[in-house]
Amino acid sequence: MLLVLDAGILTTIQDAGRWGYQAYGVPVSGAMDVEALRAANQLVHNPPDEAALEIHSPIALQTDTPHLIALTGADARVHINGRALPMWMSIFVRAGTTIEITPARTGGWRYLAIHGGIDVPRVLGSKSTFLRGKFGGLEGRALCAGDQIPIGAPTLRDLSAAAGKSIAPRIYRADIHIVLGPHADWFTPEAIAALTRAEYIATENADRMGYRLRGTKLTHARAEEMISCGVPLGAIQVPPDGQPIVLMADHQTTGGYPIIATVVSDDMAHLAQRAPGDVVRFQVAGG
Amino acid sequence: MIHPQPRLLPAGDSALLIEFADEINDAINDRVHALADALRAQARPEICDLIPAYTSLLVCYTPQRVSFAEMCALVHDTLATLDTRAPRASRLVEIPTRYGGAFGPDLAFVAQHNHLTEDEVIRWHTSVVYRVYFIGFLPGFAYLGSVPEPIAVPRMKTPRARVPAGSVGIAGRQTGIYPMESPGGWRLIGRTELSLFDPQHDPPTLLQPGDRVRFVAV
Repeated sequence: MLLVLDAGILTTIQDAGRWGYQAYGVPVSGAMDVEALRAANQLVHNPPDEAALEIHSPIALQTDTPHLIALTGADARVHINGRALPMWMSIFVRAGTTIEITPARTGGWRYLAIHGGIDVPRVLGSKSTFLRGKFGGLEGRALCAGDQIPIGAPTLRDLSAAAGKSIAPRIYRADIHIVLGPHADWFTPEAIAALTRAEYIATENADRMGYRLRGTKLTHARAEEMISCGVPLGAIQVPPDGQPIVLMADHQTTGGYPIIATVVSDDMAHLAQRAPGDVVRFQVAGG
Repeated sequence: MIHPQPRLLPAGDSALLIEFADEINDAINDRVHALADALRAQARPEICDLIPAYTSLLVCYTPQRVSFAEMCALVHDTLATLDTRAPRASRLVEIPTRYGGAFGPDLAFVAQHNHLTEDEVIRWHTSVVYRVYFIGFLPGFAYLGSVPEPIAVPRMKTPRARVPAGSVGIAGRQTGIYPMESPGGWRLIGRTELSLFDPQHDPPTLLQPGDRVRFVAV
């Protein structure tokens, strides 16, 4: 069990997502940066898609038994009983230890994996929290101070012997690869050119549903309303104001704004880790 | 327009959008769901999700397991053997609804907008059997059509911050029920106590694509 001393803001339990229920209008949810989630799980000898804590702001936890933990994702400081330790490394913590995680800057997502995984029930096949639907994770909500996070039984006999393993920190970049479409023909040629030539800026208007970007206006070539269709993760939707919105983990399953292009799956982690004010440059994959 | 051949469009490197038409009609929507059912029945591990809508189907796949070209070939093969004459399993679901007052704060507006009385709006809304075209927007939110022309109404310019769960709304010629409290811009004419979505059940939604729905005033 992990006791939550300071829950931070919007700290949730996320795994690799609730796939297979979008026909019922259920978003996939899951980690914003699935690659970082998998790296954290690998460091603590968990299955790759196991649930971890997704951390967006400073939090503090306390252990009641020994655990093997690892923190990955956007830069943060990790303090174990006040002592600074690196990210991207498995760490052995004794019973009664205080774990403090402080993001190095605003924005971005970090993953704290614990050997044994987080022992909450699966809802529709996943442990991911979907806040708007109030299900998954811990009672369908963000963590609160005083929560006791159940941890699964360890499969390793000697947790301390498994500590100290590290992997190279991932470097997050501004260049994001896209595939044009599916609605590229709803835009002027100038809009298509601008998308890949201009720089866009990530704005404060960013959450688990979508990231609103600011930059050169992307003009629709057609005036009529599009018929709503299913929308994929990473879709770059353009509302009539011409400022793009990239759909993230908790995005709605269907949408009515034309999609000028879609971010390739391998680059979603890089985009997810862009913070407000950061530059985003799109380039056509393979181009 | 109905496309002579469905258009297969890449949606990133892990999804494929199949567009059948750019107009809404029942035969096209039948075809969308028939393709979704046929692909689901194949239970392929490389397909991770299917999102049917009015006139299109989005197929999400794992690019490590299958390429866009292979997915297109699979869709073409499946379409070639698709039988849309076989009727889909379809139930008639009745939705007991309290119209007007606090339950339907926009009933008066819908009546006024269409030069009808509130009772006439209710009579029109309960007069037809609606089709579940697809589920989207929120878990369990079924897009139902089509609303009789005399009570069609544009959606609100500024959506409400909070629409109560169970609210029955109209937008254009669509009608729907909010399964949970949410922001929303549809004109609210009534409310039902039925539970539309329960994540502890599988399938989690009361309404399924292809179901028939009738509203009953209570």
